[in-house]
Amino acid sequence: MEILDYAFMQRALLAAVLVGVTAPAIGIYLVQRRQALMGDGIGHVAMTGVGLGFMLSWSPVWMATLVSAAGAVLMELIRWYGKTRGDIALAMLFYGGMAGGVMLINLAPGGTNANLMSFLFGSLSTVSQEDITAICVLAAFVIVMTLALRRQLFAVSQDEEFARVTGLPVRALNLLTAVTAAVTVTVAMRVVGLLLVSALMVVPVAAAQQLTRSFATTFALAVAIGVSVTIGGTVTSYYQDVPPGATIVLLAIGAFMVLTALATPLARQRARALELAAGDPAECVIPEAVEKAGAGVVRDTFPASRGSSEGAVG
Amino acid sequence: MSEPVISLRGVRAELGSRTVLRGIDLTVHRGEVVALLGANGSGKSTAVRTVIGQVPVSDGEIELFGTPRRRFRDWRRLGYVPQRTTAAGGVPATVTEIVASGRLSRTRLGILRRTDHAAIRRALDLVGMADRAKDSVNALSGGQHQRVLIARALACEPELLIMDEPMAGVDLVSQEVLAATLREQVARGTTVLLVLHELGPLEPLIDRAVVLRDGCVTHDGPPPKAVGQHALPGHDHVHPHAAPGTDPVRTGLLS
Repeated sequence: MEILDYAFMQRALLAAVLVGVTAPAIGIYLVQRRQALMGDGIGHVAMTGVGLGFMLSWSPVWMATLVSAAGAVLMELIRWYGKTRGDIALAMLFYGGMAGGVMLINLAPGGTNANLMSFLFGSLSTVSQEDITAICVLAAFVIVMTLALRRQLFAVSQDEEFARVTGLPVRALNLLTAVTAAVTVTVAMRVVGLLLVSALMVVPVAAAQQLTRSFATTFALAVAIGVSVTIGGTVTSYYQDVPPGATIVLLAIGAFMVLTALATPLARQRARALELAAGDPAECVIPEAVEKAGAGVVRDTFPASRGSSEGAVG
Repeated sequence: MSEPVISLRGVRAELGSRTVLRGIDLTVHRGEVVALLGANGSGKSTAVRTVIGQVPVSDGEIELFGTPRRRFRDWRRLGYVPQRTTAAGGVPATVTEIVASGRLSRTRLGILRRTDHAAIRRALDLVGMADRAKDSVNALSGGQHQRVLIARALACEPELLIMDEPMAGVDLVSQEVLAATLREQVARGTTVLLVLHELGPLEPLIDRAVVLRDGCVTHDGPPPKAVGQHALPGHDHVHPHAAPGTDPVRTGLLS
């Protein structure tokens, strides 16, 4: 594999794998709490961080981490205390973050919007050794959080009110989710770019849940899809000279479409297998007893072999 | 009487600018089954939500197991069934996964041990959902969703069960199953406070009914008997929501 001979490709592939794991790992909780577009908003806010990094000649990755984490915490606070329309306040934050980024980068010495392009759409070939160190540290944080606290995060994302009554520290967990999502955005920033980050958080999860029944398998399958498309996209972009971020996202959407097309026949097959196991006939039958006894006005039709009560349980 | 498990004294609560509770008193003793009845908007849901700390109280005192609610941390003693029509979230989850989250109050750092798995299985058995344990909740009927939510509350083996309209949207067969589950819990000494729209199959279980109207307690004693048409078996109790500012709809429970 001559592709692995280049140091920049080694770095690119390592970054790609880490993004493929972390983005769906936190994205699944966002999808579960029906905040699928949260990642997109954080990506906008992170632009201000990148701009600030350029202006202060700091590492843009670390600066973006700080600013997007602060933005994510602010979004959570708006969600708690927002007496006015929460979505309006969030829109302010998103567009303020984007405008701030463009403004700051133009104010930076020698900065132009061209610098911003590599952060907006990702630029794997310019990932430096320092970037990789930062990405590894941040990715480790995301993986530890999403796995170690999976039961707590699951409970809070499934039913916040119930989670509070079980005594879970719901506010702390919500803040942690927001910060973890912000960290993931900056991990993925160099690979797919800020504008496409959210796709990697949402699309692999959406693709996985076409086939799955449990949260655990959805999580595993989403991460598997995430890693496959990020590696596939990176390799494709190396050989075909196409932008990696766009390739990765298009591959993810392709995976979603293939799995969706597979889902319907698979579900039908599964249902048929269940019916056969239960001994249900394919069609509804009018039970004899009702026919004899009843006036023939009300007819209950149901699979003949099944009792009338699905709830007759001890 | 034994010690009170829940005690509300002069509790007032507002939602936005609207006063929902105007100083209610409510005591539930150990082993009692108390139903909170009333029309839509009478404040019964708000009342139970103040007990579990989901609605801020502007005046009055609330105690849980003799501890002021603000200092109450022993959530494992309490099982809660929120008012929901579905147990599903944005991502598929199995019945077991949902019920397991009810066990978290008894675990350390969310690690489930063998006894925890056994308790989750027992809770599923209690509501008759053991055979659906590995199914996705998306594949369940309305009554089965309600049973999953109740199993989730039972998973921590609570001494006190608080349920907010557990029978909403549940057919009679499932209501009977839920009544049987509840009977078993009561026989073990569990205290129950439940919000109900009508008594239905739970009637024989209920020791005491508290009727709310416009944020005030108007009846506290034996469950009121349904009258007239409401008493007919299979009567479906449906009435429209009152427009704000008008008199609450009469339920027949108050007469």
